[in-house]
Amino acid sequence: MELTVESVVFLILSAITLGGGLLVVTTRNLFHAGLYLMLSLLGVAGLFVLLAAPFLAGVQVVVYIGAIAILIILAVMLTPSVTQMPAIFNRNWALNLALAVLFFVLLVSVISPALDDLGVDNWSANFTEDSPAAVPADSIVQLGKDLVDPDQYMLPFEVASVLLMAAMIGAVLLVAPGKAGDEGGDE
Amino acid sequence: MTGLLKDIGLSHDLAVLIAKTIGVFVVGGFGLLWTLLGIWLERKWAGRFQDRIGPNRVGPFGLIQTVADTIKILLKEDIMKQGIDRWVFNLAPILSVVAVILIWAVVPFSPAWIGTDLNIGVLYLLAVGAFGTIAVIMAGWGSNNKFALLAAFRAVAQLVSYEVPMVLALLVPVLLSGSMSTQEIVRQQHIWYVFAVPLTVLIFLISSQAETGRGPFDLLEAESELVSGFHIEYSGIKFGMFYVAEFLHAFTAGVLTAILFLGGWRGPFAEDVPVLGFLYLMIKGLFVYWVLVWVRMTLPRVRIDHLLDFNWKFLVPVGLINLLVVALVWKLIPGTDQINSTADALVPTLVLLLVNVAMILVIGALLAERGRRERARIQARVAGTDLPAEALASAAD
Repeated sequence: MELTVESVVFLILSAITLGGGLLVVTTRNLFHAGLYLMLSLLGVAGLFVLLAAPFLAGVQVVVYIGAIAILIILAVMLTPSVTQMPAIFNRNWALNLALAVLFFVLLVSVISPALDDLGVDNWSANFTEDSPAAVPADSIVQLGKDLVDPDQYMLPFEVASVLLMAAMIGAVLLVAPGKAGDEGGDE
Repeated sequence: MTGLLKDIGLSHDLAVLIAKTIGVFVVGGFGLLWTLLGIWLERKWAGRFQDRIGPNRVGPFGLIQTVADTIKILLKEDIMKQGIDRWVFNLAPILSVVAVILIWAVVPFSPAWIGTDLNIGVLYLLAVGAFGTIAVIMAGWGSNNKFALLAAFRAVAQLVSYEVPMVLALLVPVLLSGSMSTQEIVRQQHIWYVFAVPLTVLIFLISSQAETGRGPFDLLEAESELVSGFHIEYSGIKFGMFYVAEFLHAFTAGVLTAILFLGGWRGPFAEDVPVLGFLYLMIKGLFVYWVLVWVRMTLPRVRIDHLLDFNWKFLVPVGLINLLVVALVWKLIPGTDQINSTADALVPTLVLLLVNVAMILVIGALLAERGRRERARIQARVAGTDLPAEALASAAD
């Protein structure tokens, strides 16, 4: 393999992502695990940048690091008694390992064209190798248009919106004191 | 810059790398050096607002007071008590400064001068903002101190909450300019957005004041309640880094407001003379920053539950409605997708201004009505007792 700048950066980012992920599941301190999770997610954001998908990279940082990981850490901080993990916390680790390996094999089989060569049809995702320069500069504009285009992704987009809305209302209802609506707010 | 490096025989990739590295040092160094002058300026202003003189001993007009303070803080003992989470504790101050310096990468100083003209500029601003929150969490946790931990909880509640109205306000210039690049947003402001969407500017200013953790939202370091908050265990230069991060963040908020709403580097002859654009941006940024310092020095601190109530029950709904109304009006005005001159921008700006004034009047009326109801409620309770109204009002919260 030719060692270009891209491949060096890719190797560094992969090391960050995988190393961070490995540390998440091996460290005994849950707070540290949360921080390593952030590191791993940051590596994924870097990979998105390398793939010329800056919008996804930004969303990755905002949503996963800025919101989800911070919430996880906050929850960990609120329960200091579970911060230090006992020797073996998860008794189903063998099953989990098997599932993880299965999932990994599934992903690889979709990405790589190996199964196509073996004669399995409609399985490989048929990724093509585009150079980053071939990605249109206004990919964000295109993404925005496609998301609300009835012929493209409008239905999944709206379904996701409704799902999130339902989750939000559910969360509000769960913590509402007594009867809802006695403190209606300003609007 | 890249061209010059290529002329002396470097490859394209290497030239870009060197040019970008120098750019990083220049932009980051500018931000940090500016801090030296800026802290003096802020203390002078703060002195004026509080009817005192401010620093005036070291150097002419106290100009090198900050240098003296820096030397003092560098010489102080670096206390690392037992029981701290060493790595987390030491990384937090660095992360908090880095989070702010990173913002400067997308600040367009002039038509040609910008660290990196990202086409996700505004999203990038939000993304690096998240690192500041992580720094606060790490400081609170790593200190192994109950007060620091409590303060970190409050800080995270505040920072995460006020990010919502901030995003809602940030979306408006994105909507009006049709781009997330900071440079493009400045270019599109043939008429400054502050004239079109004053309500949005107000929401942005309030939420960025809360994001930077300055008065009246300085609960992050309420010295009377949390003995200075999440950085209580930090001494010497590590505390100094939190201080610098807070200052620089506040100034950056001023510059960002100038970029997003006050036309950034726009001004007479800015297109031809880049230095002028830089000057205009700094003057506008300093003006907004001055307003923020004014607010900080004038208003008393709010309580944590009031702070969150104000955000979720007032600022977020107002921000949502504002965004929806602006989007709708913008869609209804013909020709808003092709604005290439001041003349094109005139009619949409006027329409949006009218809509904004109407919204502000409605919100004001609603607030006045609520205030009347609240007063009536307290009056009704006073009628049955012999307590003064103020005592009941504070007991009612």
